[in-house]
Amino acid sequence: MSPQVAGQLELLGQVLISGILLGGLYSLIGLGMSLIMGVMKIINLAHGELMMVAMYITFWAFTLAMIDPYVSLLIVFPLMFLLGVSVQKFLLTPVMEADTVLPQNQVLLTVGLGLVLSNLALLLFTANYRSVPVSYASKTIYWDLKLGGQTISLSFSYPFLLAFGIAGVLGASLFLFLAKTDTGRMIRATAQDKRAAALMGINTKRITYITFGLGAALVGAAGALLDPVYYLYPQIGGPFTNKAFVITILGGLGDIPGAVLGGLVLGLAESLGSVYISLGYKDAFGFIIFVLVLIFMPRGLLGRGRA
Amino acid sequence: MLRIDGIDVAYGDVQVLWDVSFEVKKGEIVALIGANGSGKSTTLATISSLLKPQKGGVYYEGAPIHTRAPHDMVSLGIAHVPEARRLFPEMTVKENLLLGALTPEAKKTRPEMLEKVFTIFPRLKEREKQQAGTLSGGEQQMCAIGRGLMGKPRLLMLDEPSLGLSPILVADIFRVIQDVHDAGVTVLLVEQNVFKTLSIADRAYVLENGRIVLSGTGAALLANDNVRQAYLGL
Repeated sequence: MSPQVAGQLELLGQVLISGILLGGLYSLIGLGMSLIMGVMKIINLAHGELMMVAMYITFWAFTLAMIDPYVSLLIVFPLMFLLGVSVQKFLLTPVMEADTVLPQNQVLLTVGLGLVLSNLALLLFTANYRSVPVSYASKTIYWDLKLGGQTISLSFSYPFLLAFGIAGVLGASLFLFLAKTDTGRMIRATAQDKRAAALMGINTKRITYITFGLGAALVGAAGALLDPVYYLYPQIGGPFTNKAFVITILGGLGDIPGAVLGGLVLGLAESLGSVYISLGYKDAFGFIIFVLVLIFMPRGLLGRGRA
Repeated sequence: MLRIDGIDVAYGDVQVLWDVSFEVKKGEIVALIGANGSGKSTTLATISSLLKPQKGGVYYEGAPIHTRAPHDMVSLGIAHVPEARRLFPEMTVKENLLLGALTPEAKKTRPEMLEKVFTIFPRLKEREKQQAGTLSGGEQQMCAIGRGLMGKPRLLMLDEPSLGLSPILVADIFRVIQDVHDAGVTVLLVEQNVFKTLSIADRAYVLENGRIVLSGTGAALLANDNVRQAYLGL
């Protein structure tokens, strides 16, 4: 193998690695939105803004109390769960119950919530870009591969690897929770047939609170994991709401395993596109795939979602 | 045990039930018969509190239940096997059955009840790990009835259990209903299969355009000329 080929392979390998690591975080963001979509049948357009809130919680926990972002997950997860429960209980459910309001207006309400949250952050924390300067932010793990007489050296960013691992554990826990526990089964039952779920004695209103809480907690966890590798500002939510929406469509609306796949595909698309086509169009690649999937696979990549 | 007292029920501006009153006594099989659109399923949905009456009320063991939430019914001992089965299609047969036993008491006896349901419907045991959406119509009906029994109801409400089933399966389902009743469960049965239903029912009510027009014992209604003409084609 010539050194040029080895160089190309090294680049490709590196691009794939960063795509998948980023995709793991995207999956976590998408899981929350997909869960909410599955049960409440609405797209939560404040999803990215909820993540922004979690990122600020993590930031302040680090800045004021020197709490490591990964440790702060233990605070962020329950806090975001409570915030999610409150949003559903005090904002979305009352709107749903008003006969004069179309159910679609819950989606509009989430848009409004997103605006309020990001402007509240602007007011409280200013528009300054912030970051969480952990000591291991730029720590990298190298992996040398011998291939055809050439050495291919691949690098893994330590915080990204850690984030990927934690996202994997959280994702797997969610699957187990949904598959094996009564509450998990009640959530799935409510998503599949709300009326029949009520006949089983399931308090479907309570299930929607729990579901929105879980969705917020999951995207909050993604925010905490993103803090050490990303910068933070009040308007960061918008682009991530869009990403979450793309992931949810890629996975098939409300399809949980699909959301994981959708996240990985989006991560890979952004990573491959920005290296091989143009960094400037990084955010466009997800949407190109999004449009293609909507046209050719409207039920998502796995073909099981609700078209 | 169950008393429906002069209920009026409407979907929006469209009134479906007009002053419907009837009663189910403990240990009975009571049937509600009538043509498509006569309000039978609406009546059951109102008993389950999925719909609220505009007038009148639903009383279970003396207490009003139309003011309660639909999810309170299971713990009161009322199971509603809805029209068109309404299984959770992307869950296995076993998961569907487990969802029938969510009350604290039912949870304690889950393994025994699961065994019992599998004894009544051996077919479900074979299909235990299959997704409910992939079952045949008959198997889905068995699963829906099994799911209703999992909560150990004292009152079982069945909405069109024979709909779309082959004659052999219909006979099976009616035998199961009889068995369940013999085991001490009170049954409220909504059916279009009038002949079979009246044969097993202690008493029956005939609904027409949202009003009860006729009532009597199963045998009396079977002999009634109007019923024979309208529903049995005799």
